Amino acid sequence: MFRLFLASLAILFACLPANAQEAGLEPILQSHQEIIAKSSRKTIKPAIDAITASGLPQAQVMLETWAAKDMWMRKSDGLFFAGKRVEGRSYELTDFDTGEVIGTYEKSDLKQLKPNSGVRAMIGTALVQYQLTDQDRKRRLAALQSIQRDPEGALLEPLRASIEDETDADLKAQKQRLERLLTIGYDADTAARVAAVEEMSNDLGVDVRAALNPLVVTTRMVAPNLPTDENIAIVLEPGSEALSRDEAYDLLVASNLAAPRVSQDDIRTALSANIDRGRVGGVPVAQLNNETARTQAYAALAETGAVSALVTEADIDDALGKHVFFETYREASPTVTAAAEKALDHIEFKVGLNQTLDLLLDAISLASIYFLAAIGLAITFGVMGVINMAHGEFIMMGAYTGYVVQQFIPDHTLSIIVAIPMAFAVTFAMGVAMERLVIRWLYARPLETLLATFGISIALQQLAKNIFGTQARPLTAPGWLDGAWVLNDVVSISYVRIAIFVLALIFLGLFLYIMKRTRLGLEMRAVTQNPRMAGSMGINPGRVNMLTFGLGSGIAGIAGVAIGLFAKVTSDLGSDYIVQSFMTVVVGGVGNIWGALAGAGMIGFLQKGIEWMNPSNTLAAQTYMIVFIIVFIQFRPRGIIALKGRAAGD
Amino acid sequence: MERSFVAKNPSVLVFLAILSLFTLGVTILSEGFGIGVISTSFVKTLGKTLCLCLIAVAMDLVWGFTGILSLGHFAFFGLGGYMIGMWLMYERTRLIVVESLSQADIPPTPSEVVDAIGTQIFGVVGSSEFPLIWAFSHSLVLQLALIVLVPGLLALIFGWLAFRSRVTGVYLSILTQAMTLALALYLFQNDSGLRGNNGLSGLQNLPGVTASQDVVSIWFLWASALALGLGYMLAAWIVSGKFGSVIRGIRDNEARVRFLGYSVEVYKLTVFTLTACIAAIAGALYYPQAGIINPEEMAPIASIYLAVWVAIGGRGRLYGAVIGAAFVSLLSTWFTGGQAPNIPLGFHTIKWVDWWQVLLGVSFVLVTLFAPQGIGGLFDLWSDRRHPDRHCANLGPDDGALREKEAIE
Amino acid sequence: MSTLLEVSGVSVTFDGFRAINNLSFQIGDAELRAVIGPNGAGKTTFMDIITGKTRPDEGRVIWGKKSISLLDMTEAKIAQAGIGRKFQKPTVFEDQTVQENLLMALKNKRGWLGVLLYRPSANDLQKVKDLAAEIGLHQELSRKSGELSHGQKQWLEIGMLLAQDPRLLLVDEPAAGMTPQEREHTTDLLVKAAKTRAVVVVEHDMEFVRRLNCKVTVLHEGSVLAEGSLDHVTSNQDVIDVYLGR
Repeated sequence: MFRLFLASLAILFACLPANAQEAGLEPILQSHQEIIAKSSRKTIKPAIDAITASGLPQAQVMLETWAAKDMWMRKSDGLFFAGKRVEGRSYELTDFDTGEVIGTYEKSDLKQLKPNSGVRAMIGTALVQYQLTDQDRKRRLAALQSIQRDPEGALLEPLRASIEDETDADLKAQKQRLERLLTIGYDADTAARVAAVEEMSNDLGVDVRAALNPLVVTTRMVAPNLPTDENIAIVLEPGSEALSRDEAYDLLVASNLAAPRVSQDDIRTALSANIDRGRVGGVPVAQLNNETARTQAYAALAETGAVSALVTEADIDDALGKHVFFETYREASPTVTAAAEKALDHIEFKVGLNQTLDLLLDAISLASIYFLAAIGLAITFGVMGVINMAHGEFIMMGAYTGYVVQQFIPDHTLSIIVAIPMAFAVTFAMGVAMERLVIRWLYARPLETLLATFGISIALQQLAKNIFGTQARPLTAPGWLDGAWVLNDVVSISYVRIAIFVLALIFLGLFLYIMKRTRLGLEMRAVTQNPRMAGSMGINPGRVNMLTFGLGSGIAGIAGVAIGLFAKVTSDLGSDYIVQSFMTVVVGGVGNIWGALAGAGMIGFLQKGIEWMNPSNTLAAQTYMIVFIIVFIQFRPRGIIALKGRAAGD
Repeated sequence: MERSFVAKNPSVLVFLAILSLFTLGVTILSEGFGIGVISTSFVKTLGKTLCLCLIAVAMDLVWGFTGILSLGHFAFFGLGGYMIGMWLMYERTRLIVVESLSQADIPPTPSEVVDAIGTQIFGVVGSSEFPLIWAFSHSLVLQLALIVLVPGLLALIFGWLAFRSRVTGVYLSILTQAMTLALALYLFQNDSGLRGNNGLSGLQNLPGVTASQDVVSIWFLWASALALGLGYMLAAWIVSGKFGSVIRGIRDNEARVRFLGYSVEVYKLTVFTLTACIAAIAGALYYPQAGIINPEEMAPIASIYLAVWVAIGGRGRLYGAVIGAAFVSLLSTWFTGGQAPNIPLGFHTIKWVDWWQVLLGVSFVLVTLFAPQGIGGLFDLWSDRRHPDRHCANLGPDDGALREKEAIE
Repeated sequence: MSTLLEVSGVSVTFDGFRAINNLSFQIGDAELRAVIGPNGAGKTTFMDIITGKTRPDEGRVIWGKKSISLLDMTEAKIAQAGIGRKFQKPTVFEDQTVQENLLMALKNKRGWLGVLLYRPSANDLQKVKDLAAEIGLHQELSRKSGELSHGQKQWLEIGMLLAQDPRLLLVDEPAAGMTPQEREHTTDLLVKAAKTRAVVVVEHDMEFVRRLNCKVTVLHEGSVLAEGSLDHVTSNQDVIDVYLGR
């Protein structure tokens, strides 16, 4: 069918223009007058084909007019014109061929042509070939995109013809690429198609796979003997893994080659339809509560001819033995399918490699989020040994601070720049207050600290709910963080995530700088290692603890702004991260920033890895990850990077 | 010579007497058996509260006496609820299915009945097959055994892993919290076999029982009171003897106990598993009164609340745990139920539904800071027992050791 | 006199610091031994290794007639095998009465089920009473041990050790913070105990060691510097150097 169409198209191309040139468009329209007037999707094709095949320049205007519902038919002679309303109910008609105005007519003398959306789509396709050579670059681009969306064999020739005269280098490349893809699908010459397939087999584009995949689509079929005129992909053995016995028989039934099986449901229906004075097939109804009795009753019914006979296992075996099961390619040419399979294998391998890369990027990005969320904890819990269950709420407060700042500063870039120090200030103050009021009284009591900070956590969460409501608040990223860095169709990463990665790196550097290069860092290390000794050396441990805790809390606030950029800002934002954050610190090893880094890395990679194995189920991924961590703690109770010996508090 | 157990622990008798009086009083005032002053829904609330008291006793054993701040006992509570819920749901659905299938012309086959039950129960998660974990749901006896066995086994495996590697203090707390989170997340999945976030519902209807909820609620109140009484006695008996000495020793100074030749890990594991079983029994009594169980109930926060109750009641004393659980959960019901009067401040009206959590959080901080002995400390004032003056030193080096204010001379 | 405990070639390192360096040590069935040494000589770590708290990097620790290696055993198993330890700081269970403390230490079944079902027999209570009398705490049986004086706590801990009925006692600075009278009492207790079992006393105080009147082992930088009678080791030039500084 399709080939026939191509052939006829070729013929039309060859002979039509000559006489059409002289006659103009109107005769062609007239020869299809009836179907044009009817404008039905089912019947309109020959008319559109004839119009495009005419090669007349005015055809483009005519088609556009038609699609825009501006084409009118004069009732008196059935000629078509472009119509334009002048005043009231009168329309000015213009001849397509000459472009001259032929007069003004009342609406009652005319009939407007209103092509439905299906017809308009077909007109659109027909128009593409004109648009491909349009003066306007935008329209050429639109035409290309339209072909990409809806590729069709008919467009191959116009596309090819348009390449040479294309002046725009970028569009030319696109056209050439599209030409290759259309060649794969629609060229009449097998060798050309195979060449195109091989040429594109190094390309990772989704469009390439979309062009190749239809070539290897198979249909499962059954026949008494293996047909010779089909492009057979594989012959299937019933009862094998690829084709179970049941599937094979169902295929036979679907192809009307065997009688359908009688299911238990069917038996039940048949039996209840044939109850005769409390008995079915001689069996009392009350006894029909098991399958044996039902089968027996049904067999009795079948003997009387009331119902169709049961299909036994032997019947099934017999039927299966008499037939061959196979899959055929929809594509007729074996050379093309073989080339396509090979190309797809190759592409799949490359896609796999790139997916691994993409997964790695994802994992790094997740790890940096966990690291950001955990770095504050690495200070308060890891360095000071204070467990702060309200850490998640500090993250939440940071995010809300960002939201509030955006209410006052509409410019997103500026507001984020302001929000980061603001968030730090707010959570720093909060952390210092909490340390002074609560935590300092509980330094020797980590379990009580856990519970007291939990009390603070639920109070803060509820306060946030009371102030901001329960619905999610937006924290909008600046425009330059929108979008993603796209390497190819497989690998891409959003700018927000890159920004978070960079932020995590900055924090790592900042933390190292503070701990190793500043007076505060020195005092912090001194106080955590031996508070008494530090105290006797003139360091005020209370002040250092306060500042350390404030620092950890402040960093949590900044992490909150970062997390708020991609997550919804709600009052439970923090609790979503708290367990993971603790896990990060515990797994990594307490008291060590590299431990937090290692922990975040491990948890991030692990979670992505598990998600990759079972992509449909992130809940399961989290479950398995936690189980893994619990088991991991067995083998390294002090984390990946462990302090050994007495220093670890044995 | 040693005095008898009851003579040595008069508080147990007092507790049992109060519990019996309470139960009797509620029965008399109830709609089902008495004069109908207390509504059935409130009877259920009271019955549920008794179950919460029981799990608080378990929590006190594990935290107050052994020093393990477990943030996972509500997971066991929930698992117990799921186990009884499976039978309740299966059996009730089976009765309905058999009833409706008997209307048909042809009597159903056993497999048709099972399929129909499966479709009824798992339709909401787009399945009709019975998952493997429902294998025993047809049998009440087996499922009752599973109430204790499943959480017990989980506690045993988890505890063995955790204690063996000498994870203690806050690490252990975080680990138990992670376990709870993992379990809750697992149950949230539709293919976990327990109906995902729909949970199990309709548990208040006992299969084959025609009595009204007015009566059933009282039955459950009795059962809960009985379980609480027995659980309390068991806990009191455990902590009164040498076993109690050993676990309190573990709480205050685990290394010393080890050098006395006691295998600390085994003792911790015993207490952890035993309390998990008690928690599971409490859950199995709680959820038929609540009517529905879903994974939300097992979220880590529930277990932290449990610790909050015990702390507010006063840890390390069993009656403290019971008082804390009853006091906080009833108060919470009162506040969140909208019964507490609003306080207009002019610029803002304090609606307790919104502010109760804040109050709870803050009061919890205050209790931890200023009154670690909790509400139970009031009894010390009353019975004129003093706290030792130890210059703020705890009673042992371990994280869970008693604090100065918790100790009694 | 047969060997009860043999430590040979033991080394242990903490973060690059060699706390114990190729240490060898032997003690017989009923022997009293004092271990002395300056701060950081590895005395406490030495005890940690014997009681299973610290695993050595190399070396052997052999116990009893059956020559069991202690290295694969847990602290609890080692204690059950008959090694008792008293810590430097008095560590008793402060929230529990003296009687409870002693009952817990008393040699009995250590398994959880046995302990759960255990109710003290008259015999056990009598033993506790006798022990309390021996350590001078018979008036304080029902008092919480947290209320005892420092010295009383030290004795209670020694009493708990004796209640364990171990074959080897490791005692870390038993006389710290005691009055002279109390010290004398402690010496008597230790000397008496050493008649039926091995006792290792770690001590700083030379006077106390002199009163014990036993063989002395001097530790320095994780290994044995000298061994012999107190007079013998105090005349050793190395020991003098270490104690008085070079």
